[in-house]
Amino acid sequence: MKKIEAIIKPFKLDDVKEALTSLGIKGMTVTEVKGFGRQRGHKEVYRGAEYQIDFVPKTKIEVVIDSESVADVVRVISEHARTGEIGDGKIFVFPVEEALRIRTGESGKDAF
Amino acid sequence: MSCLHDVQIKKIGEGTMNTGDTAFILVSAALVMLMTPGLALFYAGMVRSKNVLGTIMQSFILIGFISLEWILWGYSMAFGPDKLGMIGGLEWFGLNGVGLEPHTVYATTIPHQLFMIYQCMFAVITPALITGAFAERMRFGPFLVFSLLWATFVYNPLAHWIWGGGWLSSLGALDFAGGVAVHLSSGVAALACALILGKRRGYQTEELKPHNLPMTLLGAGILWFGWFGFNAGSALAAGSLAGSAFVATHMAGTTGALAWIAIEWRMSGKATTLGAASGAIAGLATVTPAAGFVGPISASIIGLIAGCACYLGIMAKNKFRYDDSLDVVGIHGVGGVVGLLAVGVLASKAINSNGANGLFFGNPGQLGIQCIAIAATIVYTFVITFVLLKIVNKLLGLRVPEHEEISGLDLSQHDETAYTS
Repeated sequence: MKKIEAIIKPFKLDDVKEALTSLGIKGMTVTEVKGFGRQRGHKEVYRGAEYQIDFVPKTKIEVVIDSESVADVVRVISEHARTGEIGDGKIFVFPVEEALRIRTGESGKDAF
Repeated sequence: MSCLHDVQIKKIGEGTMNTGDTAFILVSAALVMLMTPGLALFYAGMVRSKNVLGTIMQSFILIGFISLEWILWGYSMAFGPDKLGMIGGLEWFGLNGVGLEPHTVYATTIPHQLFMIYQCMFAVITPALITGAFAERMRFGPFLVFSLLWATFVYNPLAHWIWGGGWLSSLGALDFAGGVAVHLSSGVAALACALILGKRRGYQTEELKPHNLPMTLLGAGILWFGWFGFNAGSALAAGSLAGSAFVATHMAGTTGALAWIAIEWRMSGKATTLGAASGAIAGLATVTPAAGFVGPISASIIGLIAGCACYLGIMAKNKFRYDDSLDVVGIHGVGGVVGLLAVGVLASKAINSNGANGLFFGNPGQLGIQCIAIAATIVYTFVITFVLLKIVNKLLGLRVPEHEEISGLDLSQHDETAYTS
């Protein structure tokens, strides 16, 4: 099992969600996050006082899948989150030791 | 009962009640009252979310606090029987003798008590204007004590000098609706406050940016709306002068907003909503002393100059690095000076026969008189405000301790939070 963490532009969330659902992914967790990479934020000006805003709003998608699907899921996310502009985000893949559905006690792939 | 106290102003009116004037000033007083909650929102949007209630409270509570001060001794000190041109006596303490008959000098066609409560709304908003200078870092109790002392020892005498038959009005200084006592005084007091309280934690190193600009824009809109009562109402009669002051007020607000966004567009790249709101308030504040003495074109010019001058005033603050947090000096101080000078240049007896002509209308002397009014207001206000702050700081301590500044005024001063989650 693997966990995919994708940090994407917030307005791309719907595209990515639809694409993952069509791929057969049944669930995901989404968080509003802030951060920066090479894009390095933007400036804001209030009455002439300039602020460098480093932390840009992003959306983090977390989805746990079986190991065989990793290549497909990563490809689908990167295709649908891409604009080609700076700040499109990152995808990280983590190993997952165990998964458990709380209601039934099912574990492993059955818990997805 | 009507008052027969001797007052130095010579112009004696009819002394008969006029229902139209009375209705107009009733509405104007209500309009000016609404400006203080409007100011609360204007300021509250510009602070961080942990200080929004504390900031609103500093304006809102003064409606209660200063109104009480006003009926007890404030009105008598400002408008009561003149003592040596400096202050009104306490003969009208607790509104003693301030009845429902028109006064023979101040507003001769409306109930004296109505004139009193109309003026009360001006006394309320003036110390509220100052609160922008010490936003996000002043203790609530000492703030109340300071505001009461300031209203008593700064606002009341200044209002007397210019409107209550004091020496500035005898000199011929013109201030239609509050350049001296309201805008310049609050701006100068703000400078003293910013210097004595010191900078906020993180000033120019952390993001101290506005948390809710829509709130600020709503506040600016309410202020603009109320300003019609402030300026047109200062005609004290529902007539042509009120009409012309209304137009002048509106035009200065519009050109102030336009000038501000034009200059910031050029200098920092974009026109901003905060700039539009700030420019409108700058134009409205600046035209306040002039509203009843100038025509629409002059008022538009005043607004344009105000937008540019106040913008530059704020740039100067960013350079000098004193933390006048919400720019009371840059807007009301600079606006007050520009507006009082503008009267000396642009006033015209064709607009208001009870006024005077300014420099452009053949009377250069008026500009000199206006300069005296400006200098006297600045020196008196700065010195007294400085002393009052030092006293309150020594006795009570003005500034919240560091951990309370970090947790915010809402929690530390009021045990509340504005927003959930």
